[in-house]
Amino acid sequence: MSASSSEQVPAGQELGTARVKRGMAEMLKGGVIMDVVTPEQAKIAEDAGAVAVMALERVPADIRAQGGVARMSDPDMIQGIIEAVSIPVMAKARIGHFVEAQVLQSLGVDYVDESEVLTPADEAHHIDKWAFTVPFVCGATNLGEALRRISEGAAMIRSKGEAGTGNVVEATRHMRAMRSEIKRLGTLDEAELFIAAKELRAPVQLVAEVAAAGKLPVTLFTAGGIATPADAAMMMQLGAEGVFVGSGIFKSGDPAQRAAAIVKATTMFDDADVIAKVSRGLGEAMVGIDIPDLPDAQRYAQRGW
Amino acid sequence: MVPTIGVLALQGDVREHLAALSAAGVGAVPVRRPAELAAVDGIVLPGGESTTISKLLGIFELLDPLRARIADGLPAYGSCAGMILLAGEVLDGRPDQEQLGGLDVVVRRNAFGRQVDSFETDLDMTGVGSVRAVFIRAPWVEKTGADVEVLATVPGDAAQAAGRVVAVRQGNVLATSFHPEITGDLRVHAYFADLVRSA
Repeated sequence: MSASSSEQVPAGQELGTARVKRGMAEMLKGGVIMDVVTPEQAKIAEDAGAVAVMALERVPADIRAQGGVARMSDPDMIQGIIEAVSIPVMAKARIGHFVEAQVLQSLGVDYVDESEVLTPADEAHHIDKWAFTVPFVCGATNLGEALRRISEGAAMIRSKGEAGTGNVVEATRHMRAMRSEIKRLGTLDEAELFIAAKELRAPVQLVAEVAAAGKLPVTLFTAGGIATPADAAMMMQLGAEGVFVGSGIFKSGDPAQRAAAIVKATTMFDDADVIAKVSRGLGEAMVGIDIPDLPDAQRYAQRGW
Repeated sequence: MVPTIGVLALQGDVREHLAALSAAGVGAVPVRRPAELAAVDGIVLPGGESTTISKLLGIFELLDPLRARIADGLPAYGSCAGMILLAGEVLDGRPDQEQLGGLDVVVRRNAFGRQVDSFETDLDMTGVGSVRAVFIRAPWVEKTGADVEVLATVPGDAAQAAGRVVAVRQGNVLATSFHPEITGDLRVHAYFADLVRSA
């Protein structure tokens, strides 16, 4: 499954290196990436100050409401979104669906999200992300899962949270889990790191790298249930380097204003005066779902392994 | 006295620039407020999304103070998005994008293409030497004014982008299309630190 760029690469120039892929995510830090399903929504997101948009067929709240198989977005729609904005365009592929990812790369998408929000296409394998020029972001609920995705080639990690609920509690759990597991690695000696790697089911080299650096080797964003400026700021204070907002914007009463407010709160995440100011007059937030009310089959964070 | 260099911290790869400046032996602080800007001896505009940073500069009331300080001779270094913000004119940008000025150049945004076209290569930079240059959805300089010194171009002859200008200096203002801050090579930041010391 070759997925190299069709462009002829001039001598001495290297495309799709780990540094180029991971570096792209570093440039998005401190920013908000917004789910959009149409070019019109993409324009609203860009106008509000989004650092990138995420193209998908339906926002998670609608996938929950309508059911059925959720897939990669229509190429015409993705093309329309790419043409509508000048900021980077990401798009979702199903877990394990390497051909959807090949199509997204061919369309010129800037980042592929191998996402649990869509219906998984493979019950055992994630996509071999090293085989692509386009970089990938993947969801994780804990450190071991994040490191397994990175070992498969993910160049960016986000918490899974529980998409489409408007409930931040699962994103909080995942961010806290990763943070405390990273801290714990820093207290271990070399012999203990081998056991930690076994427990985390992750390559020992990656585990040692995290222990030494005190952070993941790639950018860590948060996602899944962020619906208010205060939600975004809380995730940033918990160590997220940026924020994905899905249904929270276009399922709210005033998407343009809410989007702009979440952007401001993400930049000034540690300044309660600013967060208070931008949280005023936003109209209705999206309708929320409490996690215990979700049947097991509708818990997207359990998809992937 | 050790100078203090600010890194504009509204959005982008702020941490990498702060780390590179500290390692280069100068004070390094994030800047998100006018009072923080007033206290620095130089400013770095990081890599990031130029449309977002431009918008946030206006919202958090940094646009006019930063323009004024740069016009007043504050040393400034912009990488990638930072180069776009410093340029006098931008092609392929949004009509509402704000320019800080400081560089009499015309810059083309996303000039090398989309992320799948992002690349790294070796090139020679005047005053620094051979560097590994990482280009991520990078701009290039399409026109330079009389007072602008070209410090680096894309090497090679087969490449479509060969010869494109990717590093410039005009007085106290320095800009690169590429990202030395993510390579661990401190020489570009050391070059800028020297510029701040002698300003």
